Amino acid sequence: MDRDKKLILDALENPDGLERAVSRRDAVRGGGMFGVGVALATMPVLLASLTRRAFAQGPLPNSIINPLNLALVLEYLESDFYVAGLAASGLIPSSDRAVFEQVSKHEAAHVVFLESVLGDKKARRPTFDPTGRGAFPDVLTNYQTFLAVSQGLEDTGVRAYKGQAGNVASNDDILTAALRIHSVEARHASEIRRLRGQKGWITGNETDVAALAPTYAGEQNTTHLGIDVAGFEGRDAATEAFDEPLDVEAVLAIAGTFGTGPIS
Amino acid sequence: MFRKLDTGDEELRFLSRLTQVKGRRTFLTWSGVTIAAVAVGCKADDGLQPSGRSPRGGATEPVDLGTGDFLVLNFAYALEQLEAAFYTQVIASPFSGITDEESSLLDDVRKHELIHRDFFKAALGSSAIPALEVDFTDVDFGSRQSVLETARTFEDLGVSAYNGAGKYLENLDYLLVAGKIVSVEARHAAAIRDLLAPKTAAFAGDDVVDEQGLDVVNTPADVFAAADPFITTEIDGSTLPTT
Repeated sequence: MDRDKKLILDALENPDGLERAVSRRDAVRGGGMFGVGVALATMPVLLASLTRRAFAQGPLPNSIINPLNLALVLEYLESDFYVAGLAASGLIPSSDRAVFEQVSKHEAAHVVFLESVLGDKKARRPTFDPTGRGAFPDVLTNYQTFLAVSQGLEDTGVRAYKGQAGNVASNDDILTAALRIHSVEARHASEIRRLRGQKGWITGNETDVAALAPTYAGEQNTTHLGIDVAGFEGRDAATEAFDEPLDVEAVLAIAGTFGTGPIS
Repeated sequence: MFRKLDTGDEELRFLSRLTQVKGRRTFLTWSGVTIAAVAVGCKADDGLQPSGRSPRGGATEPVDLGTGDFLVLNFAYALEQLEAAFYTQVIASPFSGITDEESSLLDDVRKHELIHRDFFKAALGSSAIPALEVDFTDVDFGSRQSVLETARTFEDLGVSAYNGAGKYLENLDYLLVAGKIVSVEARHAAAIRDLLAPKTAAFAGDDVVDEQGLDVVNTPADVFAAADPFITTEIDGSTLPTT
């Protein structure tokens, strides 16, 4: 696993700074971006240039670049995964294709968005290995395997963004954008679980695929702000009602199995 | 008698506000009025505080959401109360033709929202707003379409609320908790949308996710305006951020 992580780390521009956390918000908060945000929604043609202007007034600090690059690497993997899945003949049944086309559209949009925000600070795109270094050899021929890996990637994405929210919180616009991507990943994860005959949420740290266990480690937590909610409506519901974050190390360990090193 | 006292209350609150502006000299006057009020039978704790803040849960004063992070957390608490009350009713009076799968899924959502509600109540402690009265007369609980469309509205609203309010939380521990909850609301939204339009793009439809792949976001003030018609208890939403 260490070698896998190293490969992903190499894809990031500033790996040493990834663990740096912002302990508290900057005293001076960013502001005045809302008007630009409205323009973004109504002028898609100018998206890229406007986004750059809105988010990169002056160079972004490494404390924000690193979490965004972690997100970008995940989005690269997700985006490549769905492109490969949709291209694999006979893999996704026609009944479910609309779901994956929508998911794929969003992951591609997240890549474009994050690349635009990061500019020349963006991470290099890792070479994609859909089999997770052999853990899922039939992922592009067996639809059930494809669904399981899809769910794992989406739940990893949810946990990764959640874990980085505090690290980008000094910039209101980037925090809000990250939160908005985060909830889209959660919608994806829920819908893919629906396609697998589940409800949409994570119970305990349960997974029906052993190789995905690291993605759910710690999800059984029921204590938040020192309040244990396990006794409120039963332990299962208590674990489902709160999704848990993953730290950088854990995300890299998971993502590392789907990337085989950077393209220079 | 009550009316007379209520009227007196209003006058006293007015004087209380004057006190805030004018300072010590008026404060003495205010103190004198307080004594007079107690003398005619008002309870001594009937809302006259030098800060000018209204008492929470009073019969006539709107609910005060507080300030700073507590304002945001109380705002979330109000939304969770609304959702919890809604799903409680959904389970208490199931729509006609409800399937076992739908019933089980909606009961899960009910439990999650109850947990969110009770978590916020515990976290806010003495700063928590009171229990809110709700009004669902516009919802036809016997109709699957009406129930699920209302559920979709509430879940999407919840997602947009947390996405829009996150930047107002200064304490990063609170931000993390909001993040833990909002993704569950998004899971609910997708599942409800899937019940309404199975296996389509609706779970994260173009009506909520924009061309950049960003989910719906609303300002706290806009969320409050959307939720307020369902809440009977009067809440002072004037301090909620409008950007």
